[in-house]
Amino acid sequence: MDLFPLWNSLRIAFLSAVLVFFLGVAAAYYASRAPRLVKGGLDVVLTLPLVLPPTVVGYLLILLLGPNRVLGSFALREFGLKLLMQWWSAVFAVSVVIFPLMYRTARGAFEAFDEDLAAVGRTLGLSNAYIFWRIRLPACRQGILAGVVLAFARALGEYGATSMIVGFIPGKTATVATQVAFLWQNQGNTDAGRRALLFWICINVAISAIVLITVNLLERRRRVES
Amino acid sequence: MSLSVNIEKQLGDFRLHVSFETFGGLLSLLGPSGSGKSLTLRCIAGLLRPDRGRIVLNGRVLYDSAAGIDLPPQKRRVGYLFQSYALIPHLTVLENVELGCHAAPRRGRQALALEQLRRFRLEALADCRPATLSGGEQQRAALARTLAAEPEALLLDEPFSALDEHLKWELELELARTLEGYGGDVLLVSHNRGEVCRLAKSVCVLTQGCSEPVQSVKGLMTAPGTLGAARISGCENLSPAAVQPDGSLLCTAWGWRLPPLPCPEGLSHVGLRAAGLRLGPGPVSLPCTVERVIDNVFSEIVLLRTPGPGLLRMECDKNTPLPTVGVSVTVHAAPEDFLLLTNTEGPL
Repeated sequence: MDLFPLWNSLRIAFLSAVLVFFLGVAAAYYASRAPRLVKGGLDVVLTLPLVLPPTVVGYLLILLLGPNRVLGSFALREFGLKLLMQWWSAVFAVSVVIFPLMYRTARGAFEAFDEDLAAVGRTLGLSNAYIFWRIRLPACRQGILAGVVLAFARALGEYGATSMIVGFIPGKTATVATQVAFLWQNQGNTDAGRRALLFWICINVAISAIVLITVNLLERRRRVES
Repeated sequence: MSLSVNIEKQLGDFRLHVSFETFGGLLSLLGPSGSGKSLTLRCIAGLLRPDRGRIVLNGRVLYDSAAGIDLPPQKRRVGYLFQSYALIPHLTVLENVELGCHAAPRRGRQALALEQLRRFRLEALADCRPATLSGGEQQRAALARTLAAEPEALLLDEPFSALDEHLKWELELELARTLEGYGGDVLLVSHNRGEVCRLAKSVCVLTQGCSEPVQSVKGLMTAPGTLGAARISGCENLSPAAVQPDGSLLCTAWGWRLPPLPCPEGLSHVGLRAAGLRLGPGPVSLPCTVERVIDNVFSEIVLLRTPGPGLLRMECDKNTPLPTVGVSVTVHAAPEDFLLLTNTEGPL
């Protein structure tokens, strides 16, 4: 059995989760301190990918990254780089789709943060950067970690936007999700095809279960601590 | 040592206008909740920016709206003991105190923090998380952390409000001892007159965001000049009052006409402590009926229906014979027991 789709899914999910961790935490921090009106607007825009069909997200990305479009033509001209149909192109699609999960969980954690803890740090002479990295972020770590894990899990299962941006090239852009779709469409009525499908489905279910158990454990620890 | 504060801030409908000066020692900011005590501390610490005014600590200007000076909290050297103590939950007690030693070189910090823990008898708890400490230990740890930063002034925000009643007394003694060894100015925010009586010599009363001139605690208890001060000093009976054309003073809530008294300019209310009222006729007396008799811890409280619309509260010894409910009685008070008050706030 060729395990490339699993490896490809894992590296895409990992890179996307890292990227979205930084972007999501930054956006959540900003939104949690913004005036109410700005926050409301940000919330709508940043949560939109959660409710839009992934195919719509995929199509919007094609409009942005395609070889004749703004970013796509720029990358092609300046770096000779095609932004679509590479294995790492999926990182764009997956990141957009999982961003709201990270953003919303992190924002919830930041809003529950006791501002007196930051205030006391300032009166003790600690720099604002120190307070952010050593007091605020660690105090919110359970919520933020839960966001990362949820985002990672969603990243592993992303299908719609990914398939539009990278298609399905065996050994190059195939992921677990696109592999399952491919097997069902092309070999769904053969025994070998059904066995392969079952194998990938088991892998999917196993990974998802592990992730959800992790999230539950994190939630419980947060409750015990507070 | 000196701290001088004169600030104004508008927050929605609430207007804060606080002005006081202290020269070393402990000054208490006394006022009911919502009177702007914590806001004042936040402005002094630099956590909240006033709209106008000036804050000077030991000759250093911390804030001056006219000169455009507004030092960040990090540069003010003002220690702030939060009501909830604000210990960082994911750090140990030692690490929390180390945060206060941040001005020292990195390698010396832990030794300094350990030394500070010993001074506060916390060394056994060095590796514990704050959540596992008792309320008193948390307060000690927070105070150790605050003082480790060697602040020039110390702000204490209701330091005993998070504690059980039986712990308060011991911690008060301990805090008093700690503060004796501290050289800077201390501001103690409180709404408890007992606490202020025991810990402070001078007091600044805050009522609805406005401060009164600094006075001695003794002066506040014997002769509060304003309605707000009388109320926060625990005066039970308050009535609007007006000087009559014949020089007598009419307390409208009680329908009680008092003989001419040395009234201050702008007198608006009269106060009378429950312990100042006595049963029986006297030179200044009032006929009442007994409305209720209530058992207090060490005394009896008698509620009296007066000729006016209001009630009077009288406090009696447990072993005096008490009148029964519904009986007509005469009560009296010494002329000097009436507190003559001006009003700095809205209607009663």
